[in-house]
Amino acid sequence: MTTALSPRLTAATTGRVLRQLRHDHRTIAMMVLLPSLLLGLLYLLWADLPAPPGTPSTFDRVGLTMLGVFPFVVMFLVTSIAMLRERTSGTLERLLTTPLSRPALLLGYGAAFGLAAAAQALVTVTVATTLYDLDLAGPLWAVVLIAVVTTALGVALGLLASAFARSEFQAVQFMPVVVLPQFFLCGLLVPREQMAGWLQAISDVLPLTYAVEALQEVGRSPEPTGTMWADVGVVAGAALLALALAAATLRRRTD
Amino acid sequence: MHDAVTVSSLVVHRGSREVLRGLSFGVPAGRVTGLLGPSGSGKTTLARAVVGVQRVRSGTVTVLGAPAGSPGLRARVGYVTQAPSVYPDLTVGENARYFAALYGRGAREAAAAVADVGLAGDAGRLVRDLSGGQRGRASLACALVGEPELLVLDEPTVGLDPVLRVELWARFAALAAAGATLLVSSHVMDEAARCDRLLLLRDGDLLADCTPAELRARSGTDDLEAAFLQLVREREQVAA
Ligand SMILES: Nc1ncnc2c1ncn2[C@@H]1O[C@H](COP(=O)(O)OP(=O)(O)O)[C@@H](O)[C@H]1O
Ligand SMILES: [Mg+2]
Repeated sequence: MTTALSPRLTAATTGRVLRQLRHDHRTIAMMVLLPSLLLGLLYLLWADLPAPPGTPSTFDRVGLTMLGVFPFVVMFLVTSIAMLRERTSGTLERLLTTPLSRPALLLGYGAAFGLAAAAQALVTVTVATTLYDLDLAGPLWAVVLIAVVTTALGVALGLLASAFARSEFQAVQFMPVVVLPQFFLCGLLVPREQMAGWLQAISDVLPLTYAVEALQEVGRSPEPTGTMWADVGVVAGAALLALALAAATLRRRTD
Repeated sequence: MHDAVTVSSLVVHRGSREVLRGLSFGVPAGRVTGLLGPSGSGKTTLARAVVGVQRVRSGTVTVLGAPAGSPGLRARVGYVTQAPSVYPDLTVGENARYFAALYGRGAREAAAAVADVGLAGDAGRLVRDLSGGQRGRASLACALVGEPELLVLDEPTVGLDPVLRVELWARFAALAAAGATLLVSSHVMDEAARCDRLLLLRDGDLLADCTPAELRARSGTDDLEAAFLQLVREREQVAA
């Protein structure tokens, strides 16, 4: 049955996407190092700015949330371009004639970039806490977990967005459309309590808000909190929803 | 001789145009059927309908006893698109092994398929570093690897040198002799002579459904290109 989610075909697709990445050394290098370098820039930017006593430094506050935001943005872009290439090169059309089901294809992609995201998060978190003295009260694994789940959201939204893009130019422009409003309203630029009511309502339904809140929880509490787990659940649920929508919008028969 | 593919009253619209105008024909099992017609006549559209990725307006396409594109058919039908559809950032071998996995085959079958298209020595090369003809053959290997009962090939010989073309047609004949059904499109009438059966397409209409010998006899010429032109003229006179 091709509507079934064959683990074997999903794994074959994950392996194939990772193999494609492996032949592209520069992309791997950028994926692994770029967030650390950008974080370093933020670190230097705020290094000499004193924080009011009793509050976390600006870098601790912003840098921590960037650990979720950077990979979200990068993987959104990478995935939507990868899927668009699949569509324009004819390989998607061909795949649709094979026993590979559409959910298995998308999940295969999600798993591949999720693994890449885990490697990226591991490097970035390690660099941030050692080189840049990022202070956080909670455990490192929680940060990695949140980064990976947030990236999975980026991947799923990227797959979904690629269904609406007819060209690379369009695909790239979906990035600001999908990412920037979530970033503006996630509570980092203006605390959510201080937003106008209707903006806060929008912020409530944007998944990145929960990723940022989860990271803030890890920054504050030595132990993972219930709020953090609930946030992680919301982000994971949003990722699955986006993946299901992407599968539904991927038509087998086209004009 | 039963039919592997049965098409009846197939109408396809693409954009605002009617691209296939009520086609009906059968593709005999275990034979090489040539789908010939000039560029834009609807060959690719028809191939897409047979493999089940083309939205159709009306009519039916039955493949190996089931509606085209049904889940059960996907392991039994191979499709090679007109533009090579393989991953340029993977090696030939990696491409073949991926498609092998999708068809439930292993590395050994993948290597055999790569050797079958004459790329054994290039298995470790990235597809993006290959010539156009080599890419086309890599794309073919990725369909052969599933050992499909029906193989739909959209202009597989375009851009190949004459030696490779002859080799490929010999391979198609061998596959048919082993029991597979092949539907091979081409816009080069020379290739018609190599088919067991011909479907001549023009502007979405079927001009002829016959053997090469029948086509020669009907038009009184040995030149299949001339025979095709004569059919077109007859059709236009009828229309006028
Ligand atoms: N995606 C498309 N949208 C609209 N029209 C198309 C599309 N693809 C092909 N066509 C039109 O359909 C007709 C048949 O095309 P096609 O099946 O590709 O012919 P062939 O493969 O014989 O060259 C042509 O007139 C072509 O312009
Ligand atoms: Mg064509």
